[in-house]
Amino acid sequence: MKLVTAILKPFKLDDVKSALESAGVQGMTVSEVQGFGRQRGHTEVYRGAEYQVDFVPKVRIEVVVDEADAARVVDAIVGAASTGSIGDGKVWVTPVDDVVRVRTGERGAEAL
Amino acid sequence: MRLVTAVLKPFKLDDVKTALEAAGVQGMTVGEVQGFGRQRGHTEVYRGAEYQVDFVPKVRLEVLVDDADAARVVEAIVTAASTGSIGDGKVWSVPVDDVVRVRTGERGPEAL
Amino acid sequence: MRATRVQPFRRVTINSGDTAWLLACTALVLLMTPGLAFFYGGMVRAKNVLAMLMQNYVCIAVVSVTWVVLGYTLAFGDGNGLLGGFRFFGLAHSSEPVPGFSLTVPPLLFMAFQLMFAIITAALIAGAIADRVKLGPFIAFVAVWSVVVYAPLAHWAFSPGGWMAHLGVLDFAGGSVVEINCGASGLAVALVVGKRMGWPREAMPPHSLPLTLLGAGLLWFGWFGFNAGSALHADGLAVNALVATHLAGVGGMLSWLALERWRTGSATTLGGASGAVAGLVAITPSCGFLEPLPALVLGMLAGAVCLFAVQLKFRLGYDDSLDVVGVHFVGGVLGLLYLGLCATSAVNPAVTHEGLLYGGGAWLLGRQAVAVLAAGSFAFAASFVVAKAVDLVLPMRVSEEDEHLGLDQALHAESAYDLGSVRTMGRLS
Repeated sequence: MKLVTAILKPFKLDDVKSALESAGVQGMTVSEVQGFGRQRGHTEVYRGAEYQVDFVPKVRIEVVVDEADAARVVDAIVGAASTGSIGDGKVWVTPVDDVVRVRTGERGAEAL
Repeated sequence: MRLVTAVLKPFKLDDVKTALEAAGVQGMTVGEVQGFGRQRGHTEVYRGAEYQVDFVPKVRLEVLVDDADAARVVEAIVTAASTGSIGDGKVWSVPVDDVVRVRTGERGPEAL
Repeated sequence: MRATRVQPFRRVTINSGDTAWLLACTALVLLMTPGLAFFYGGMVRAKNVLAMLMQNYVCIAVVSVTWVVLGYTLAFGDGNGLLGGFRFFGLAHSSEPVPGFSLTVPPLLFMAFQLMFAIITAALIAGAIADRVKLGPFIAFVAVWSVVVYAPLAHWAFSPGGWMAHLGVLDFAGGSVVEINCGASGLAVALVVGKRMGWPREAMPPHSLPLTLLGAGLLWFGWFGFNAGSALHADGLAVNALVATHLAGVGGMLSWLALERWRTGSATTLGGASGAVAGLVAITPSCGFLEPLPALVLGMLAGAVCLFAVQLKFRLGYDDSLDVVGVHFVGGVLGLLYLGLCATSAVNPAVTHEGLLYGGGAWLLGRQAVAVLAAGSFAFAASFVVAKAVDLVLPMRVSEEDEHLGLDQALHAESAYDLGSVRTMGRLS
């Protein structure tokens, strides 16, 4: 099993969610985060004092998938999320030792 | 490639960000979380009713790095974030199978 | 205050129109303190908003007590040029006429109206020391300050027996007593407690500008009571004061917005609100002595000057967190000196020497300058001493850990905002 994590531009969430559903992914967890890569942030001004704010709002999507599906799911996310401009984000895959469905106690592939 | 994750005290974010930039890390994702370890939370009082709140605000910081850089990056974070008092947090690293830059489709170490 | 010759005690004839008006103004001025609380509260970080609100609201309680016991009599009792006497100690003889005033309202109402001025002047100081002061020491400071700094200044400028009134200084609603006072006092306390951790490098932006804008609106509304009420009668002078007050707020907002847009590219809501307040501050001493258009001009001047004045703290290195110096002190100075240029007896017969631009020469300007210097230096020096003394007995500054955690949790065991389910999860213990 694999955990696929994606950091994306917030307005792309809807497209990515649709793409994942089309790809057969049943669920996901999303959180609102702040990040930057090479994209610099922006400036805010308060009574003439300028502050450089480096962080930019992003969303993090996490889905746990079968090893066999990981590459396909990554491609679906990248395809839906890409705009071609700085700040599009990253997707990565990490191995998962075990997964449990809390309601039933099912483990492993049945829990996905 | 590795994913380095750190759960830290919020006021330390600025120091850690600076240390990471000095260590050559180009970007990061930060989320606001709630946590506790051995640090207990605090009490709030509303018209005489006392509530024990265990969770303490933390930030979670994540960076994707080359295998060769992982130890150095962990070191940089720990040094910058440490205050010596309860609640300083933890840093850990997990292996990453693959990384994709959404904007360009680049994979692997080029995507870092 | 309307300047009159000191007169012997005589029976007061109650005018119901004046009394109704001043009753309403008393309430309006009180509302300015909650208004200020939100104006300031929105500008601090979320973890400190309750503490800022508390510092403002608690002034209502603390100053009310010191005022009725000691402050009122020291300000308005019959003493000498420097201090009122003790006749009204604990509000004794409170139905007796107030020395120097031919009031047409019950004297107790005058006391209540003036109390609201004392309250907000104290509350204004909290803006200079945001995010880093403990409540107990703050209360102790306010209690002492209201008696040894505010009351004497009120006597000098507001009481016809005070030396400034004798000198011929014009200060309608408190450019010296309130604005210069709170600014100079705020600076003194800010120097005693030191800068916020991380200031100025770390960004500490306002956490809720909607609250700040709401507060600014409440302040503007209440200011009609502050300024027009200082006419002490429901008459043409009060109307003049109201119109002047309004136009000054307007002028301040417009000039700050325009200047900001030109300088930084963005006209900000904080700038608009701050400009309006700057104009309202400047018109406070001058509203009873200016024609309407000069009042508008004063507002525009104040908006422009204060926009630059708030930068001084970065240049000179003092953490006047919410710009009590930059807006209130500077605005008060501007308003008082402007009178030296534009005061006219056509608006108020109490103007015995016209302003410079009305052919009166520099007589008045000189008087106003004396008032500015005296009020500013006395308020600064006395507040510095009081703050130092309080700090020795009750250290004012919170610990570093508490300052990081946030005053709301550290001092009040409260959180202002219940955002998210994890945050609110707790058990009744």
